[in-house]
Amino acid sequence: MAQMTMIEAIKDAMRVELKRDPNVVIFGEDVGHVGGVFRATEGLQAEFGEHRVFDTPLAESAIGGLAVGLGIQGFRPIAEIQFVGFIFEALDQMFVQAARMRYRSGGRYNAPIVFRTPFGGGVKAAELHTDSLEGLAIQTPGIKVVVPSNPYDAKGLLISAIRDNDPVFFMEHLNLYRAFREEVPEGEYTVPIGKAKVVREGKDVTIIAYGLMVHTALKAAAELEKNGVQAEVIDLRTLSPLDIDTIVESIKKTNRAIVVQEAQKSAGAAAEIIAQINENAILHLEAPVLRCAGPDTVYPFVQIEDVWLPTPARIVKTVNQVLEF
Amino acid sequence: MSKGSLDAPAKPIQAHAHEVRSEDVVPLQVLSPEGEIVNPERLPDLTDDQLKEIMYRMVFTRTWDDRAVNLGRQGRLGFYAPVSGQEATMVGSEYALEKTDFICPGYRDMPQLVWHGLPLYQAFLYSRGHQHGGQIPEGVNVLMPQIIIGAQILHATGIAMGFKLKNEKRVVIAYTGDGGSSEGDFYEGLNFAGVYKLPAIYFVQNNRYAITTPYSKQTAAQSIAHKALAAGIRGVQVDGMDVLAVISAVKEAAEIARNGGGATLIEGLTYRFRPHSMSDDATKYRTKEEEAEWALKDPIVRFGKYLEAKGLWSEEDTARVKEEAKAAVAEHIKKAEQTEKMTVAGLIDSMFEQTPPDLERQKADFQ
Repeated sequence: MAQMTMIEAIKDAMRVELKRDPNVVIFGEDVGHVGGVFRATEGLQAEFGEHRVFDTPLAESAIGGLAVGLGIQGFRPIAEIQFVGFIFEALDQMFVQAARMRYRSGGRYNAPIVFRTPFGGGVKAAELHTDSLEGLAIQTPGIKVVVPSNPYDAKGLLISAIRDNDPVFFMEHLNLYRAFREEVPEGEYTVPIGKAKVVREGKDVTIIAYGLMVHTALKAAAELEKNGVQAEVIDLRTLSPLDIDTIVESIKKTNRAIVVQEAQKSAGAAAEIIAQINENAILHLEAPVLRCAGPDTVYPFVQIEDVWLPTPARIVKTVNQVLEF
Repeated sequence: MSKGSLDAPAKPIQAHAHEVRSEDVVPLQVLSPEGEIVNPERLPDLTDDQLKEIMYRMVFTRTWDDRAVNLGRQGRLGFYAPVSGQEATMVGSEYALEKTDFICPGYRDMPQLVWHGLPLYQAFLYSRGHQHGGQIPEGVNVLMPQIIIGAQILHATGIAMGFKLKNEKRVVIAYTGDGGSSEGDFYEGLNFAGVYKLPAIYFVQNNRYAITTPYSKQTAAQSIAHKALAAGIRGVQVDGMDVLAVISAVKEAAEIARNGGGATLIEGLTYRFRPHSMSDDATKYRTKEEEAEWALKDPIVRFGKYLEAKGLWSEEDTARVKEEAKAAVAEHIKKAEQTEKMTVAGLIDSMFEQTPPDLERQKADFQ
């Protein structure tokens, strides 16, 4: 066991898989020689060679297309899109070409690709570096969407994603890269895609979150505890496919829930989660399920991102609304 | 305020020594429109049987196209992009490849797939919107037709990189049209191939129109072949109504690619005798004069004259191939029509290797 940050755990996952499977290749802008703008691939080219880990020209669509073509030839590409806002350049290759490959070919071809992308607010980054674009991905059939919140999950989920024979959009929160260290096992282990985790047990209300918001929700839960409210916090870990069973089990116990997302409010992950709760657990609810999210604006100028993003205080307020309903 | 004109004549440009300039290209031609060899040095090395096989495939393809248009009108085929006029670029470029080489087609490029090994009835199923149309048989090295213009250029680039990484002496060919050369993906794909020196051929079938938009509204470049300069790869222009010139250009590009020499952009100057698609009316944007002029360049007539002069082909042969093609189309459309209907449950199961639980539950609504 070693103490690792999330970025170290991510690098370790790629190292384990590069070693284990000769078909794994890593490429993107500045991922080779220098090892990535966040050093997620540092040292991997030196260890495995330029034919396994390489830099590309600055063109996201072609990075996506390269991954699709290599996937057809039996490789397992890990394609990095440097920042989340740049996936728009690659959307056709990610959400059309890769996501539909198995279906269009009736299973003749598949796209065993991981698209790694940093995202997430609170780091005072430039425009279009931090947007939460998972909503676009979860409404796209054929691509899985994974958002780890800690080093242990990040490594295990990334290994699962690399081994998955279908495309995975792997979103890495910038604010969690070096936020803390935790024990991460050496070598290989997997965390299953599509399984949520109860990270704090409680009986009064369920707070459903993912990414950085898991930690914000835990802070809110600690606040609520001072007022005698026992909040259960669920870390979704995978947004698509959604683990509705874990959510329903929790709501059966708490009868109240909110969903916290960093993205703007409308038509995102929270909307889908609430719809599924309505379909599967309406009779267990004592109050409507509310959302705590960013407002429906473009991602804020960084001067005010700390008040734009959901805070523990806003989560507490939203929980109180469902408790007092 | 005066309205500017998009067609305003350019001001005379003064040439400076530091400006990048390019010369006109002359398309590679082997056969004259009269069917005479005008460029013996570039005559591909083909046996009499091979020459006859190429003619067979071109006549077959033309007949299949005629029949497909009729089947479309009868509602027995769905989406269909006519190919008549482009037999030299389609049949010739495929014929110049090995079966182990890989084809990334656009939506008009069904003939290349069929001659590379895709059963005709599956081409018909693709047209009819049946999933089995895309289930390429094992060992047939092609992708399904690509609807997103330009996407296939990038797939070819990735597949070519796969060949290079695996040290395989294989080549990829991707097709698009003149309109497709305006896409960002077109440039990105060529540029990546240039940087990594990939074994790829990008074949632009320039039939002068992207639906209704003529070449002059697509680009001010002298030729599409010139666009290779921007990516640092070879650029070649070929008479796309001359099947021997097409074969010669593709064989050369493939050999260079196989031997580590990198990618080539080939522009084939061609013409579609029919509208863009079954729902397009070409009389709205093309003149009768233009169509008549290109009819004189018909690739089948031209190659036929060459073969007849060599005593390898006759009108009877054409008539026989037409009958064979009609019979094959009839047999394969029947097979397509008799293919088992798809189910929603089946489609759900084809989304992922393992169907996720919620999607599994959604199947129940359709069973």
